Amino acid sequence: MRNVNGGLTVRFTLNGEAVEIRNVPPMERLLDTLRERARVTGTKEGCGEGECGACTVLIDGAPSVACLVPTCQVDGEEVVTVEGLAEDGRLSALQSEFLAAGGAQCGICTPGFLVAARALLDANASPTRAEIREGLAGNLCRCTGYQKIVDGVERAAEQERAGDAG
Amino acid sequence: MIVGSSPPRLDGADKVTGDAMYVDDLQFDGMLYGATVRSRQAHARYLGYELDPDYDWTDITVVTHEAIPGGNYVALMVDDQPALVSDLIRHPSEPVVLLAAPTREQAEEARAHVKLLVEPLPIVVDLEAARAGAGPIWGDDNIISHLEIQKGDGPGCVDKALAEHPDAILVEGRYYTGAQEQMYIEPQGIIAMPWGKGGIEILGSLQCPYYVVKALAQLLDVPAAEIKVVQAVTGGGFGGKEDYPSIISAHASLLALATGKPVKLVYDRAEDLSSTTRRHPAITWHRTAVAPDGTLLAMEVDCAFDGGAYTTLSPVVLSRALIHGVGPYNCEHAMVTGDIVATNTPPNGAFRGFGAPQVCFASERHIDKIAATLGRDPVALRRQLALRIGDTTLTGQTLETSVASDEVLDVALEASDWDRRRAEAEAINARGGVPPADPIPGMGTTGRLRGVGMSFFFHGAGFTGNGEARIKGRVRMEVRPDGQIVIYSASTDIGQGTRTVFPQLAATTLGVGIERIEMHTPDTSVVPDSGPTVASRTLMVVGKVVEDCSNALKARMGFEGGDWDAAVDAFFAGGGDGSVELEYQTPPHVEWDNETYQGEAYPCYAWACDVVEVEVCPDTYETRITGFWSAQDVGKAIHPVLVSGQLEGGSLQALGFAVLEEMKFADGQLTNNRMTNCIIPTALDAPEMDMRLVEAPFAGGPFGAKGIGELPMDGGAPAVLAAIEHATGLSLDSLPASPEALMRAAAE
Repeated sequence: MRNVNGGLTVRFTLNGEAVEIRNVPPMERLLDTLRERARVTGTKEGCGEGECGACTVLIDGAPSVACLVPTCQVDGEEVVTVEGLAEDGRLSALQSEFLAAGGAQCGICTPGFLVAARALLDANASPTRAEIREGLAGNLCRCTGYQKIVDGVERAAEQERAGDAG
Repeated sequence: MIVGSSPPRLDGADKVTGDAMYVDDLQFDGMLYGATVRSRQAHARYLGYELDPDYDWTDITVVTHEAIPGGNYVALMVDDQPALVSDLIRHPSEPVVLLAAPTREQAEEARAHVKLLVEPLPIVVDLEAARAGAGPIWGDDNIISHLEIQKGDGPGCVDKALAEHPDAILVEGRYYTGAQEQMYIEPQGIIAMPWGKGGIEILGSLQCPYYVVKALAQLLDVPAAEIKVVQAVTGGGFGGKEDYPSIISAHASLLALATGKPVKLVYDRAEDLSSTTRRHPAITWHRTAVAPDGTLLAMEVDCAFDGGAYTTLSPVVLSRALIHGVGPYNCEHAMVTGDIVATNTPPNGAFRGFGAPQVCFASERHIDKIAATLGRDPVALRRQLALRIGDTTLTGQTLETSVASDEVLDVALEASDWDRRRAEAEAINARGGVPPADPIPGMGTTGRLRGVGMSFFFHGAGFTGNGEARIKGRVRMEVRPDGQIVIYSASTDIGQGTRTVFPQLAATTLGVGIERIEMHTPDTSVVPDSGPTVASRTLMVVGKVVEDCSNALKARMGFEGGDWDAAVDAFFAGGGDGSVELEYQTPPHVEWDNETYQGEAYPCYAWACDVVEVEVCPDTYETRITGFWSAQDVGKAIHPVLVSGQLEGGSLQALGFAVLEEMKFADGQLTNNRMTNCIIPTALDAPEMDMRLVEAPFAGGPFGAKGIGELPMDGGAPAVLAAIEHATGLSLDSLPASPEALMRAAAE
């Protein structure tokens, strides 16, 4: 898979669709591949060192900061960004409850929070508020004080449980 | 009634799907990437630059101050800050040379191959030394701005009161708060593009589009009409994107004009932290003559604010600080003085609260000190001293309406169950602290000490004095033949919810559904100048103009409810003009003397009381905030979810300021310029917040709403330190209350 110029060809699934990216330098960040090459810009850069979580994506279901992941590492894997959270073109329960609760203000951290919350709810369908805080502790928000983010995720979990029961 | 309900924010769907386009998400054909070569010395003569002869400069454009067509300064208040250094470097992150390259990586790489030739000069970075005239490095005394406010006896009032009242007690204190970073999660960024005939279009992350127009028209020596500034979706500001975007816009514009191409200039986090504005470090001294019954006989307050190397907005920060200098308390005689002092550090600037958090920290700690000196209960003393209807503020303003001091105290104390909670903490501490059976990770094994503290505070809403009369904020609204109503305003939504609450105001006033209302993007080629998005003014002041425009349209159309589409059709069939543009009408009673600082400093104040519970580890001195209750007066909650979100977010910024946010410097240069070491609270650091809205309506605001954007920033820190004192007996008078600071206090 090495190209003539030393770059790599990387194939992975992005939000359910197969993508092939050519000429990827070995240390190119997944964040840049997504934003600059695939032009999927919902994933944000807040710090570039894995501290703020604005670039959180799911790699085979695990929340990962895309600024610290070389793109070549996701070859053959499944990557989900915020753009992959809507269901059939409609907001998912997580997105709509997060929004209704007031979890998004400026919105720059929102994609990372939603992706991290998706991973949290996939692992634990009935998290306590303390568990929600723990699960989102890798994501920084400066607008909300986190209260309404925790509210939104809590409400989304209730919705999803109700949906599963129904 | 749409006002008072909480529909999902209208820009929210784009924010939860990733569709919202922030400046760094935007790409244009042929776009280049800019980079800024900065000084490293805090103070030096600039002699020129050298380009590495071994580096390939073929694709790189280099721009210096010589490319500036107009005056080499960033137009704001005083023209002392150059857009690019020409001869003297005054702080360690000053822009000197600009580069543009085809890729971000090339721009970054080229930056390392530019060498600045400098001759270092002695630096002045200590605030008190600078105030005493060290250097000097600015003017002939380092004093950028000086201000005094007097009430009653004014100068010498404390000594006079002590002489006249032999039983009076003198209470003195010195209080310090350090620099604080706004830490919006989206770093600053601008795209500049050639526009029209020699003009420039700016697209960027910013709060105040018309500030940028003013700065660029001067810098580029073109008429203001040749400058078009458009706000991109903006990832937080908190004041940090008030004035600095003018500098980035200046740089990006110079590169765009030099290359004829769009230029993107987006800072990485380190550059943003090192170079852009922060909250002013400040020292505040209090001298108070107190009667044995607690009456504040006379107060002297003196502040030194570190302005950094240039004037920027600092004189206005000082003004707001001093007006809030004695807090929301009655005191017949006062002398409040302050200086903005120049140092060889990047200019400090706007950050939510704008001078008030520094002085509020001082005055609330000082009231606690007075209570302790007199052996008084801190709540009872505040209740005794609080300003109420009919009382007179520091500037001689008699409060006639919209005062919520009793309500916020009552609501917050009841919500927190203050008396029981205080007593319980004392009982727990008497038994050796919180049992280890209830562990908090990282908080040691022996009993944690619990404490409960509070603060009481107010914040003036809108611009100071006659500021609004001078600015004359404008809004235009148009009814289109299809029945849609468009609001044109330069007020930016930086997360606080302008793009939702303005439509709520218009829909409710007109009596139509909110889906009928659209807000035009803030674009200075289309929207009128509503004034800057600052000073807790957007909803209260510009929102009032939205309400006025809505009423004017309604009257012109003769619409009294019913079928809107039919009314629109009839209006346009009759040749109606669906456009109305109005400017803000200052309430008639506002009288203000800008020379003496006497009169109505603000049309109204917002009031608040915070209660904080902490636990402190006696081994590590780490503080955990375990509870937060607050009552904050918003006049009228137009959108309860958005407004409580503002209050919670602002409160956490204040709690972070109290215990963990600290910026560290060496020779004027920030040493912790990364999110890893310049930390802000996470969801685990944040307590559950019980935020209670109190509504003391302000007749001059839309539906009674008053400005509250900054209010929640003012009171958190002193409440935390009061709680720590309750827990440990350690009385701190500086921020942050880090484990190191508490350990030092314990050793004394």
